[in-house]
Amino acid sequence: MIRLFALILFLLPMTASAQNVPKLVPDVSQRQINIQSGFTGAEMLLFGAIIYPRGVAPDGQVDVAVVLRGPTRSVTLREKQKIAGIWINADSTDFRSVPAYYAIASSRPLDQIISSKTAAIYELGLDRLQLSPSGEVNATEQRRFVDGLVDLNRRNGLFRQDAGTVEITDQVLYRARLNIPSSVPVGVYTAETLLIRDGRVIVADDNVEVRIRKTGFEQLVTVLAQDYALFYGAMAVLVSLLLGWFAGFVFNRL
Amino acid sequence: MDIYLPIANLSVNALVIILLGGGVGVLSGMFGVGGGFLTTPLLIFYGIPPAVAAASASTQVTGASVSGVFAHMKRGGVDFQMGGVLVVGGIFGTGAGAAIFEILEALGQIDTVINILYVLMLGSIGGLMAKESLTSVLAVRAGKPVAAAKRRHHPLVANLPMRWRFYRSGLYISPIAPLILGFITGIMTMLLGVGGGFIMVPAMLYLLGMGAQVVVGTSLFQILFVTMASTMMHSLTTKAVDIVLAVFLLIGSVTGAQIGARLAQCMRPEYLRLFLAAIVLLVAIRMALGLGWRPDEIYTLQAL
Repeated sequence: MIRLFALILFLLPMTASAQNVPKLVPDVSQRQINIQSGFTGAEMLLFGAIIYPRGVAPDGQVDVAVVLRGPTRSVTLREKQKIAGIWINADSTDFRSVPAYYAIASSRPLDQIISSKTAAIYELGLDRLQLSPSGEVNATEQRRFVDGLVDLNRRNGLFRQDAGTVEITDQVLYRARLNIPSSVPVGVYTAETLLIRDGRVIVADDNVEVRIRKTGFEQLVTVLAQDYALFYGAMAVLVSLLLGWFAGFVFNRL
Repeated sequence: MDIYLPIANLSVNALVIILLGGGVGVLSGMFGVGGGFLTTPLLIFYGIPPAVAAASASTQVTGASVSGVFAHMKRGGVDFQMGGVLVVGGIFGTGAGAAIFEILEALGQIDTVINILYVLMLGSIGGLMAKESLTSVLAVRAGKPVAAAKRRHHPLVANLPMRWRFYRSGLYISPIAPLILGFITGIMTMLLGVGGGFIMVPAMLYLLGMGAQVVVGTSLFQILFVTMASTMMHSLTTKAVDIVLAVFLLIGSVTGAQIGARLAQCMRPEYLRLFLAAIVLLVAIRMALGLGWRPDEIYTLQAL
């Protein structure tokens, strides 16, 4: 009995501190994005509510950052250099964990709301992604490749960082829009929401998953091309032959 | 009208693709070439990945040449024996091309090699065509009759052993020569997405010395089968054939080809050839400049 009391006494401060931490209730506008023939990209709404302990919002400003992140993959990045008058791929570096897509939006510029150390821990911001480059020991060269990779993906719309695009209403509701280009790779994406105050992440939630996949005809074509290559090739030949023959037939009648 | 290409993994404007196919089709109808040499670079300029552009362009050439083969067959313009030898060479060529493609892709040099090959090939063929058509245009202007080139095969070809008779072509030569010719065009079909007609036709005329009445039909016959082989090979190795892209290209090109064929009837052949030479040279110059200019993207990504 005494032991039990001791245990409760021991646990009490912990539960109390857990109650002091706000809770995030995040959601996204679509849990699934289907790529079909008319797909030109998508706009994703990440929104949610902040539930404060005892329902009271703290004094001072809170900030929210949302991150949508695609599956990581290994890539080779090649760099063109001008050799003998023409531009050819000369140098390359492998990266072992590059997110297929990475978008971050925040209520204010990241460097104003969070210390760079914390940002590095949570991988917040395009310049703080852990891409695991390999093979290149020279730090300045590695930096050049990392910058090149981020810049390339940023201009393709696969990496993005927007400040001031998370709207917060009454310190409780937040929402942000993220654009997804048509060239987005398929896979399971995670949406992460971080509540930031006084330069620290108070609470983070990354339990929301978004599935991006091809459906219908596009899915069929991809599966056939990947797994039934012989059949797919024969079908491509046949379709091409039939279309060509049919057109010739029609035009001869005109 | 946007359409998503499932293999290229991006969205393109279907109208642009159809118009592109149509424009190339008009030219191919006018000149009797497949037009792959224009389709692939134009698709690359438009932003399609080079491998997908080359693979899908070769699929498109299959459809663009099929009705031509039938038309020439009816006229007896196909030497099946010669065509068969060329096709066998071509199929081995696509196999070799696939191996080359894989090696170059692993080295990261496929784009550069495709570009350089285009510049060399289009530059030399375009130059030769321009020279030949200019002389005939000038001769016609001056009212002189154009001296027909004497038909005979190249001494190198004549020296090859094991001669066969090709009755329809009117030749008694070794099959090794057309086998090698087929092999080379097969490699080019695989790498560049071209049918190779504009290399094949002059080579048949001036290297093999084939009779002019069967040259175009036999070349089309070879193109038909070799592009089919190349589509199969790409499907099995690079997996870069985008059937949606090929279909939209075809819709444009088969229509354009009919318009082009009708246009060609109201133009003088010398001017027609000069015009084609100018287009070929323009593409070659554009690609040569592209090699020397600083590219928009210094960096390229390849998934491992």
